[in-house]
Amino acid sequence: MEISKVFKGLHTRKGIQLVIGLLLGTPFGFLLQKGGVTRYDVIIGQLLLTDFTVVKVMLSAVVTGMIGAHLLRSFGLVTLHPKPGSLGSSVIGGLIFGVGFALLGYCPGTIAGAVGQGSLDGLLGGMAGILLGAGLFAQAYPKLDRSILKRADFGELTFPQLFKVNPWIIVLPVAIGIVLLLLLIEKSGL
Amino acid sequence: MEWLSLKEWSPYLVGIGIGLLNCIAFLLSDKPLACSTAYSRTSGMIEGLCLGPKVADKAYYKKFPPTIEWDWMLVLGVIIGAFFSAMLSGQFHLEWVPAKWSLTFGNTPFVRWMAAFIGGIIMGIGARWAGGCTSGHGISGTLQLAVSSWLAAICFFIGGILTAMLIF
Repeated sequence: MEISKVFKGLHTRKGIQLVIGLLLGTPFGFLLQKGGVTRYDVIIGQLLLTDFTVVKVMLSAVVTGMIGAHLLRSFGLVTLHPKPGSLGSSVIGGLIFGVGFALLGYCPGTIAGAVGQGSLDGLLGGMAGILLGAGLFAQAYPKLDRSILKRADFGELTFPQLFKVNPWIIVLPVAIGIVLLLLLIEKSGL
Repeated sequence: MEWLSLKEWSPYLVGIGIGLLNCIAFLLSDKPLACSTAYSRTSGMIEGLCLGPKVADKAYYKKFPPTIEWDWMLVLGVIIGAFFSAMLSGQFHLEWVPAKWSLTFGNTPFVRWMAAFIGGIIMGIGARWAGGCTSGHGISGTLQLAVSSWLAAICFFIGGILTAMLIF
């Protein structure tokens, strides 16, 4: 039996997927805590450009995941799911997110980790706020969708599709660029 | 097993681990690792408890039903995993005001709580507006070379850096 069929068979089994979600989230949280990025001081340090831990974690995850996911895709084992976007949603939403990011000092993933290590401002302040914000957005969604979210819509576009090239033509230079950037960050002592 | 109780691991090692988890998630679940949708679902569940089942008819909850799904369990796992990591290294402690905050704004819990709450509201709106957060766009989306994710991730940091520089 083909191995890809074994994996694909798993995707539709809801009960098993809930267990897999938990089994993936646990090491994810463990890693985030060990990386120090579940701490307010580390995240704010990144936004003040004095501590580059967050960038180091994110970029090494991107390089590893980018090469890994594209390899798996080349072998026909996985399908990628790039998110759709538009200037109205990705840029404006991204900037709004950034303002919240700096005020809160955690993001939706790292705040869960912060709560796990005992952060009360994260649990009672930040998490409650994110839930309320998400609820407000759901309330306003029909209006926003008609007015802003679809502005300059480009759909589920990836850079290889945009430039009409084989994904590896983009993956390799981006990977090299990120590694060079990380070396530069290390070299400058950040 | 001493490495499990270390206070900190190399950020590069941690990043490589998260990148590999992303690959496993694609393989086993056909999904990228992402956290913010779970908050939208939870918000819908709470709203449903207060206002009844008609909440699920809202257009946004038709897209992301307010039920316990894979991403919800993922976020629950993050809490558990970070708890274990912090317990093993003896770092678990209840904290109202982070050190760096109290240096600039004082150690009154209420002030920090308000800032975190307001920041959370803005972030909750922004994450749904952009369709993802630092994990869904910042890591899982950029590694798929999605245009939306690179734009959003750059804007997260532009907005975040400018705001942090302003308030500190």
